[in-house]
Amino acid sequence: MAEAAVLSTGSAAAPSRRRRSWVPYALLLPGLLWLVVFFVLPMVTLASQSLQEGNVDDGYVFTGNVGIYVDALQQYWPQYVRSLVYAGTATVLALLLGYPLAYFIAQKAGRYKNLILVLVIAPFFTSFLIRTLAWRTILSDDWFVTEWAQKLHITDFLQAVGLTSNDSLLSSKFAVIMGLTYNFLPFMILPLYTSLERLDPRLIEAAGDLYASAWQTFRRVTWPLSLPGVVAGTLLTFIPAAGDFINARLLGNTQTTMIGSVIDSQFLRVLDYPLAAALSFILLIIIVTMVSVYVRRAGTEELL
Amino acid sequence: MMAGQEKGDLSLVALTKSFATFTAVHPLDLTIPQGSFFALLGPSGCGKTTTLRMIAGLEEPSGGRIHIGDTDITETRAYQRNVNTVFQSYALFPHMSVMDNVMFGLRRRGDKNAKAKAGEILELVQLGQVADKKPTQLSGGMQQRVALARALVNRPDVLLLDEPLGALDLKLRRQMQMELKRIQQEVGLTFIHVTHDQEEAMTMADSIAVMNAGRIEQLGDPATLYEQPRSTFVANFLGQSNLVRAQVNPGGTDRIVTVRVHDTDLEVSREHLPYGVDDVWLGVRPEKLRLGEAGGPNQLRGIVRDVSFSGVATQYAVEMPWGQELIVVQQNDGSARAVLGETVSVSWAAHHGFALDASQDAAAGAELVEDHG
Repeated sequence: MAEAAVLSTGSAAAPSRRRRSWVPYALLLPGLLWLVVFFVLPMVTLASQSLQEGNVDDGYVFTGNVGIYVDALQQYWPQYVRSLVYAGTATVLALLLGYPLAYFIAQKAGRYKNLILVLVIAPFFTSFLIRTLAWRTILSDDWFVTEWAQKLHITDFLQAVGLTSNDSLLSSKFAVIMGLTYNFLPFMILPLYTSLERLDPRLIEAAGDLYASAWQTFRRVTWPLSLPGVVAGTLLTFIPAAGDFINARLLGNTQTTMIGSVIDSQFLRVLDYPLAAALSFILLIIIVTMVSVYVRRAGTEELL
Repeated sequence: MMAGQEKGDLSLVALTKSFATFTAVHPLDLTIPQGSFFALLGPSGCGKTTTLRMIAGLEEPSGGRIHIGDTDITETRAYQRNVNTVFQSYALFPHMSVMDNVMFGLRRRGDKNAKAKAGEILELVQLGQVADKKPTQLSGGMQQRVALARALVNRPDVLLLDEPLGALDLKLRRQMQMELKRIQQEVGLTFIHVTHDQEEAMTMADSIAVMNAGRIEQLGDPATLYEQPRSTFVANFLGQSNLVRAQVNPGGTDRIVTVRVHDTDLEVSREHLPYGVDDVWLGVRPEKLRLGEAGGPNQLRGIVRDVSFSGVATQYAVEMPWGQELIVVQQNDGSARAVLGETVSVSWAAHHGFALDASQDAAAGAELVEDHG
C-alpha cells in the first residue's frame, strides 16, 4: 500500500519534470519570433541586398559583388571617421555633464529626486525632430546666445579650434556636437543614476574615515562602483549618436555630413540600395567591434 | 602631515549636537583614558551614535571641543583625524579584495609597508587565508573581522566601534566579544564601543557611560554601575531591579540607615543612600534576594505568583501584601524551591540594597531593554 503510493508519486513526478523543462523555451518563443521577423530577416535581406547589382528601373540581381565594400570604404571613410569622432565627443561631453547631475539626483536630491528625474525625461515628451529644430532657433544668428557668445569671444575661440568656420554658431561642427550631446544626454543620465543610487553612502564615509580626501574617495570608491552605469550610459549614447542623421542635417553644413546622412540619402534619394546596404553593414561592424573591445577593457563583468 | 599623531586621552568638552527640532546630544563632558575599552551604552536614539560620529568627524558638532591629548581635533576633517571607525554595516568596499580593503587607509597615507602590515593584522584576526577574496564571498562574522582589521591596521589614536556585533547571531556575538577584548588588550589602543546591549557593554568594557536622551546618566566601571546605580534608568536598563517605595527613618548609624516600607523597617548601607533625600525607591537586584530567611536581616513576606525554571536558575514573582510583585532569581544550587501559591519570606542583606531619589519614574529604561536578545 505504502509502496504503491511511493511508486505512483514517483511516476507522476517524472513527466511533470519533463514538461517543465520545455516551459522556459515556450516563454522565450514570442521574443525569439519577434527577433527573427524584425531583426534577423531584415539583416539577412540587407546583407544580400549589399551584394546585388543593378538599378531601380531594371531591378537588382544577386552577384556576390564584395568589391562594393571596398568602394564604399574608399569613398566614404571621412564620414565614418567624422561620425565616430562626433559621437565620441558627444559621449564624453554627456558623461561630463551627466555624471555630476546623476550623482546629485541619486545621493543629494532627497525629496526632489523624482521631480528632477521627471525633468530629465521631460524632453522625450516632444519629438526628436522638434527638439533638434529648437536648437536651430537657439543657435541662430539673431538670438541672444550667438550675440553673447560673440561678445564673450566664445565664437572666436570656437573658430580658432576649428569647431566653427565663421562667427555664427549654427551650421557648424560645434552645433552638430551640441545637438548630439543634448539629444542623447538622458540616455547617459539614467543608467548613471541607477548605479549611483545603489552606492551606499556609508562607503563614502568609510573612505573618508580611512584618510581618503574627497578626490581620492571619488577615484577609489565612487567611480569604480559606478562603472557599470558609465559603461551602459556611454554605450546608449555613443551607438545611436554614431548612426544619427538628423543633427548633422539640421544643425550642420556640407562639411559635417555624418555616415547616417549618407546612408539616408543613398537609400531614399539616390536609390543605390546595394551601396546603402553596404554602408549600413560597415557601420554595424565598426560599432559591434568597438563595443566588444570597450566592454572587455572596462572589465565590469563582476560589478554588473 | 596628519593632525594628532601623538597619542593621549580623548576628551570631550561640552560637546553638543542639535538638529532643527531636537537636541541629540546635550553638552557632554567626558574623558576617556588612553588604552581603555570604553562603552557608550544606551537605547536607540539616546545620542550615543551621534557622539561617536562627532568623534569620527562624520558629524559636525553644534558646540564644544574634542581633544586627543593636547591636540584639538574639532575643526579637522574626518580624513585628517587619526581616528578610525568600524561601521555597523561594516561598509567594506565591495570592488576590492579583503587585502585591498585592509590596505586602503595605509595606502592613502603612503605607507611603504602597507602589504606587510595588512598581512600581519589579517593574521591577528585569523583571516590570512581569505586575503584575496572579495568581501561578499565571506560570512557575516568574517566581514566583521575584516572591518575591524581595516580600522586597526592604521593604529589609530582612538578606534570607534558602532554596534559592530549587531548583525551577528548570538553565539558568534559571544565569540566576537571575547575576540575584541583580546585584540584590544593585544594592541593597547583606545576602543570606544557604542552598543544598546548592556550585557555586551559589561562583558567587554573597562568603563561604561550610560546615555539617555542625549545625556550621560552615569559613568563608571561595570560592577559599580550594576551594584550602585544612581538613577532608576540605570537600575532598569542594566539588568532588572526591584524598586520599592520607602521613607528614610531619621537617625541610624554611620554604616546603616533604616527605611520604612509599608510598616516594615528595612536596612540599607548609608553609602548607597543619596544625601538629603527622605522619599526614596529602595532597589534590590533579583539575584540578591533569597527565598527564606538566610539572605539577611531585611525580610518581606509574600505569595508566589509565578515560577519559571530556566536550568541554571529559577525566577519567582512574589506578590507583596500591597500588591507589588518582587522578582526573585534563585540559583539552581540545591536550595529549597517554592511552589505556586506558597507564602514565602524574601530576604536580603543591607549592603545589597540601593536607594534612589523617589522623584524619578520607577519604570524609566525598563521598557527599552526588551528589544534585543
